[in-house]
Formats: sequence, structure tokens, C-alpha cells
Amino acid sequence: MPLSAKKLKVGDTHEEIVVDDLTRTQLVMYAGASGDYNPLHTDDLYTREVAGYPGVFAHGMLSMGMTGKMLTNYVGDGRLTKYGVRFTNQVWPGDTLTAKATVTAIREDSGQQVVDLAVETVNQDGKTVLTGSATARIDP
Amino acid sequence: MSDEIKFPVEATHILMFARAVGDDNPIYRDAEYAARSEAGGIIAPPTFPRAVSQFDPTYPMRPKPGQKWFGSGKNPTGLDGPAPTSGGLHAEQHFEYHRQLRPGDVLTVTIKDGATWEKESKRAGKLLFQERIQEYRDEEGELVITARAVSVKTERPVEQS
Repeated sequence: MPLSAKKLKVGDTHEEIVVDDLTRTQLVMYAGASGDYNPLHTDDLYTREVAGYPGVFAHGMLSMGMTGKMLTNYVGDGRLTKYGVRFTNQVWPGDTLTAKATVTAIREDSGQQVVDLAVETVNQDGKTVLTGSATARIDP
Repeated sequence: MSDEIKFPVEATHILMFARAVGDDNPIYRDAEYAARSEAGGIIAPPTFPRAVSQFDPTYPMRPKPGQKWFGSGKNPTGLDGPAPTSGGLHAEQHFEYHRQLRPGDVLTVTIKDGATWEKESKRAGKLLFQERIQEYRDEEGELVITARAVSVKTERPVEQS
């Protein structure tokens, strides 16, 4: 259901658990679908012994993609006009991520009602893994 | 990375991509459901544009037949020296959607280098940032998506707190 400007107010929030116990298999699925086969995300031996990390970790774009699911569930399909993030911490197999959108403005843009959202995704320890913003078309 | 890439948007690719991000929304796979929805047909998930990598003939993060790969095989890395791309991480990604991507779109994607800058960090030493701007245009030449990516090369692996 698209959001309506009448029913929204600054400070409203929507949050979802976007992954519970992230699996290495999902990292492989993301590599295959996106085409990003960087071994940091699927090859534990390389990642530990050559790259110097404790093990494989998620593509930043997977965290952004999972967070995007929360956004489209909130604003409706095909309604996003802008979506951007900064990756602030790595995401590891076993992590559970909660993505949250907070309404920062409801405004008109070239005759169209839009909502601006602040976006943040945290892991099970409350550590922020991604922050960003999004804009979506809404109904009057 | 090639300067100009042809990116055919296909329904199966969208289905696989939505599965990979754990999104079971039928708008990404069920043509009948999608036809009845506001979108009017299958569309692509918001971060799908990055899957253009599949169509970049010189994309460095894909193993190529007959070429050494920096991931493990017999040894932890297939290269003798350090990987050319080691230390590179994705720092930022921004999309502007001028319209939704749909199966059947054939996009031309152009990539331009943007700004570069440096920063010192406690957790990873010197950081070198590189910005890239990607423009996705359809067959009519209309701008469909503008994307801005920032990658960062770290001096050492990011320390875990």
C-alpha cells in the first residue's frame, strides 16, 4: 500500500528484520546474481590467509539490497526515487540485521508529494552497519 | 572496468537477484501479479542496477578462463604477488531512479571517474577514496538511473572492534 501524506508525520518509523542468521550460502547467491565474485565474500581461505580478515563477509551491496527490501515494503513497489547509503561496518555470516526508516520530511517536489527517509541498519549487537537516506513518491 | 556497457535487463536475472537479497515480493517474479499491481508489470529491485557487472567484459571481480585468479585453489591465492584489487572495499552507493527498470530494457551504461580523496583512519590506516558516476540510459537515450559509487582502498585490513 502506498503511503499517504495525510497519514504520515515527521518522526514516523518502520523497521524490519531483513536477515536472521545470515548464511554463507546467501553470500554465494548474491555473488552469482550480482556478478561480484570478489573472493572476500565467498572464499574463506583467501580471506583469512591473504586478505587478513577473520573470514568471509557480506558484500556491502547485499546489506544495501536487504535494507532496500524494508524500504520497498514500506513505501510500495516502484515508488523510490532516490536511495543512497554509506557502509559503516562489515556484516558477517551469522549476523541478524534490522533495517529502519525514519520520516525526516514530507514535501512537494515538482507537483508530486514525496517523503524523505533516514535509513539505518544495525546488527544483533546494535552496531550500525549502514546509514543512508531515501526519497519516495507518496499519495496526497 | 569498461567505459560503456550494454545491459539487457532480463526477468530471470531479476528473479535470481531478488532471491539473493532475500526478497520474496512477487513483483519481482510473478508476471500476472505484477500486471495487476500499480507498477503494471515486473520491475527490478532497487539495488539491481549494480548487477550490470555481469555484462562488463573487463570486470575485475569475475574469474576469466585462462587467466590467473586471486582467490584460492591449490594455494590461498592463485597469484604470485598481491592481488591488484586487494584492500578495496565499497564505501558508498547512491541511486537516483528516473523510472523503474523492467525486463526487456536494454540499457547503455556509461562510467566516469569522479573525485578522489584521502582520509586517515584509526581502524584501517590511510584510506584512498575513488568516486565513480554511472549513467544508465534506455534505447531512446532517456536517462533511467544515475548511480554514484565510492570505493575505498585501505592501507591495512579494517580492525574489528
